[in-house]
Amino acid sequence: MDAILLQILNGLDKGSAYALIALGLTLIFGTLGVVNFAHGALFMIGAFCSVTLQRILNLSFETVDPTRTDFLGNPAVIKTPYVIDWFGESTGAAIIDWSVPLAILFAIPIMLVIGYVMERGLIKHFYKRPHADQILVTFGLAIVLQEIIKAFYGANPIQTPAPEALSGVVEVLPGILYPAWRVVYFCFSLVVIGAVFAFLQFTTFGMVVRAGMADRETVGLLGIDIDKRFTLMFGIAAGVAGLAGVMYGPINAPNYHMGMDFLVLSFVVVVVGGMGSLPGAVAAGFLLGILESFASMTWVIDLIPGINQIIIYLVAIIILLVRPRGLLGRKGVME
Amino acid sequence: MFGLQKKDTNLLLIVIALTMLAPFILNPFPTDSGLAQFNAGYPDLMQRFVIFGIFAIGFNILFGLTGYLSFGHAAFLGVGSYSAVWMFKLLSMNILPAIILSVVIAGLFSLLIGWISLRRTGIYFSILTLAFAQMSFALAYSVLTPITNGETGLQITLDDPRILGISQTADGSIPVTNLFGMEMRATTDLALGAWSFTFSMGYYVCAVLMILAFYMSIRIFRSPFGMMLRAIKSNQTRMNYTGLNPKPYTLAAFVISGMYAGLAGGLMASMDPLAGAERMQWTASGEVVLMTILGGAGTLIGPVLGAGMIKYFENIFSKINDNVLHTWFSFMPDGLENLMVGILHPFVGKGWHLTLGIIFMLVVAFLPGGLVEGGQRIGRMFGRKKPTDDTSAKTEPAE
Amino acid sequence: MGILEVKDVGKRFGGLKALSDVNLSVAENTCHAIIGPNGAGKSTLLNCLVGKLIPDTGSVMFDGQSVLGRSPHEINQMGISRVFQTPEIFSDLSVMENMMIPLFARRDGAYRLHAYHSVLSEAELVTKAEQMLADVNMLDKRNMHTASMSRGDKRRLEMAMCLIQEPKLLLLDEPTAGMARADTNNTIDLLKQIKDSRNITIAIIEHDMHVVFSLADRITVLAQGTPLVEDVPEKIKGHPKVKEAYLGETAHA
Repeated sequence: MDAILLQILNGLDKGSAYALIALGLTLIFGTLGVVNFAHGALFMIGAFCSVTLQRILNLSFETVDPTRTDFLGNPAVIKTPYVIDWFGESTGAAIIDWSVPLAILFAIPIMLVIGYVMERGLIKHFYKRPHADQILVTFGLAIVLQEIIKAFYGANPIQTPAPEALSGVVEVLPGILYPAWRVVYFCFSLVVIGAVFAFLQFTTFGMVVRAGMADRETVGLLGIDIDKRFTLMFGIAAGVAGLAGVMYGPINAPNYHMGMDFLVLSFVVVVVGGMGSLPGAVAAGFLLGILESFASMTWVIDLIPGINQIIIYLVAIIILLVRPRGLLGRKGVME
Repeated sequence: MFGLQKKDTNLLLIVIALTMLAPFILNPFPTDSGLAQFNAGYPDLMQRFVIFGIFAIGFNILFGLTGYLSFGHAAFLGVGSYSAVWMFKLLSMNILPAIILSVVIAGLFSLLIGWISLRRTGIYFSILTLAFAQMSFALAYSVLTPITNGETGLQITLDDPRILGISQTADGSIPVTNLFGMEMRATTDLALGAWSFTFSMGYYVCAVLMILAFYMSIRIFRSPFGMMLRAIKSNQTRMNYTGLNPKPYTLAAFVISGMYAGLAGGLMASMDPLAGAERMQWTASGEVVLMTILGGAGTLIGPVLGAGMIKYFENIFSKINDNVLHTWFSFMPDGLENLMVGILHPFVGKGWHLTLGIIFMLVVAFLPGGLVEGGQRIGRMFGRKKPTDDTSAKTEPAE
Repeated sequence: MGILEVKDVGKRFGGLKALSDVNLSVAENTCHAIIGPNGAGKSTLLNCLVGKLIPDTGSVMFDGQSVLGRSPHEINQMGISRVFQTPEIFSDLSVMENMMIPLFARRDGAYRLHAYHSVLSEAELVTKAEQMLADVNMLDKRNMHTASMSRGDKRRLEMAMCLIQEPKLLLLDEPTAGMARADTNNTIDLLKQIKDSRNITIAIIEHDMHVVFSLADRITVLAQGTPLVEDVPEKIKGHPKVKEAYLGETAHA
């Protein structure tokens, strides 16, 4: 019993990331009808937002401490981060310690701007082009974004540790210990998903967007400038992917190709959930995450070797063949 | 000639001439000159040109004609490589059986994957092929280790049986790949004044096969089958209501392009007898997509051009480091020189992929017909003499 | 016994009854028109004939065989060709290629792998295609790309593509919809010429009464998914039920 619970928990953090990325992909696809292969890159950029903030916070000035010497006998050079100088020892250190959660605030405006620029500068021109062209141009963009990050941050993964207080384990259920940060990540993703759904459900803006997802032309006829709203939607989708990336850093050290790695899986998630269905994307994300974690159990691997590597693809292939619309997909989307 | 129309015959002759004379054409700079680093006439690189040329020609038969965008063709290339290496391990170092097996196995594998993937169209098809390719990659890395040798990659060793050949040569080393005794790594050097040219056996074997592959693709393009494939891309509804079943046509195109990929994979292993799982990764499939689009999808020569361009510039750009840039801009004042080097630095050397990505985006956005369309546009700009004739010239069994 | 026999066909979409108790018999070598107000189920009926939809009840027999459950390409191979409301042609291909494809379909069936010889080496088919193009006055456009052609030309090409298959039954779905008067008259002339010069059965769905009365030998009036009357054109003209069906529609609109 405990083993099963543990596997479910293990699946939840990856599932959360899948769900968040797939949610953004679906938003973009549902509203704009664009297949965005650069969405994984947005996730990656989010992760590097927290890397960047961490570096900014660690910017230091150097002072020479004459009372101490280093091992060569020279006066020791002490680096003091500016934040510690400004906010004092304890507050400054706490700020640095909490750089990953703080990066959320840092990442939101950046991701919104990136999303806006991407939509206005590039994607907009591809609404009327075939899906193949959209895939190709966003694939090119993904390569470009990934290479830019590589040029700035190098090819090696960069550690972005969780705050001290959240880096231990917690007892989530009696007798089950679980890394605290993964619990945080899961809760965080629920909050983000909830926020997106609430936004679509309870605001006029969201209503128009939902109507637009159902039937773009009619909404256009009502005299509502749907395009402008869709632009913002793209920004929000980029933001969701970015946030997923920011918080994922402590689970897996960010590297430049993490976007591509997640992209393929996220597409599979979207397809399984049903192209254009937001609840489908979220459900499929968690489901596949958990499934993957179950497939990684030792006895399962002993039974069917390699199943953990391919389970997601296998499920996707079966779903696509048996139920082409996906779990919760609507009829007539891209058929 | 060759059962082709004049225009196509000319194209074929040009391609034959270019590939046969490639060791000269690609080595335009004297060996000792500073520009020698831009020479591309060495066997390894030339082999890559033609092998990827074959891969792209095949991919184009599927994507260029039917419009089905596969993101999984690298899997067939990988399967081809593994098959060939197994042939080297078990049978002999002769590349002919190895290549035949590569093509056959890749064909069967693509028949299976195509049969399933082609139940869906559009983006679903792309994602299905993507999923299959990633699955093959993951399997090759893990469970199938007995066949693929996992991360290390499949290599030939001294104790392979090679029932028709020898396990090891007289001096106890691993035998080399050959075609009825002609060793693939054999080269002849020709020094002409300050120039030196290398002729490689392996290159010419690949080149002859690429010409054959290209010839076959011309025949397919001009055949009723090719026309049906373009009809599928154009209008499947009309296709159905004209009494034609698009599925077997698309499947045939998928398998043919899979066999081309297998041939490319087999040749790759023949030139350098090892095979690794990374050849199957979806980014590798992405590369052949880039080549085809960059050159011009749906055109005959485009994929070959695209493959050549990408492999050439990959090689050249990776060689340009800051030192080279500094020598280029040394005529400028220091500040300006550093500025120029600073601007160009991210795009060369290790930044080649950045340049490639940007070029690719520009091509997709502004030049959907790729380099071939670019060439045509330039040609039209200079040859505006007979604009009225333009429509009829364009329509010849369209390219 | 007609070449096309529709018996008791019914089709529902969810709660909406699109067709019910449709009985229709199209005699060989005649032109049968199906008319009716908007939403009468004309297009649904047509889609049931070509395999795009499968009726819930009833049977559709063509030339003594059932078409139900067969896919569109199989039905076409049985001898039914369809002209669409908005011309469906291969717009990336040249006019000549558009003509060659149905010829290959007719000769080689639904699938055959001819991957080696060139399209243009099929001299016999090329001549046939050229003749057909001459018949519809399009020979001069043989090398044109169809994407740039006018709607009238596209329609004509589609008609030629269907005719070159020598179908036993030609289905026309509002062939003059959205056409100017002159174009409509041209189409009528073309269809008359086809009807007179070939052994062919035509079933036509049309809104334009001028077209219907110039061509049809028999007319079925469809209203709310059921046939109202079926008769020769002269009788249909003044039929009270027909008036009612159409006037009812105008009154509501």
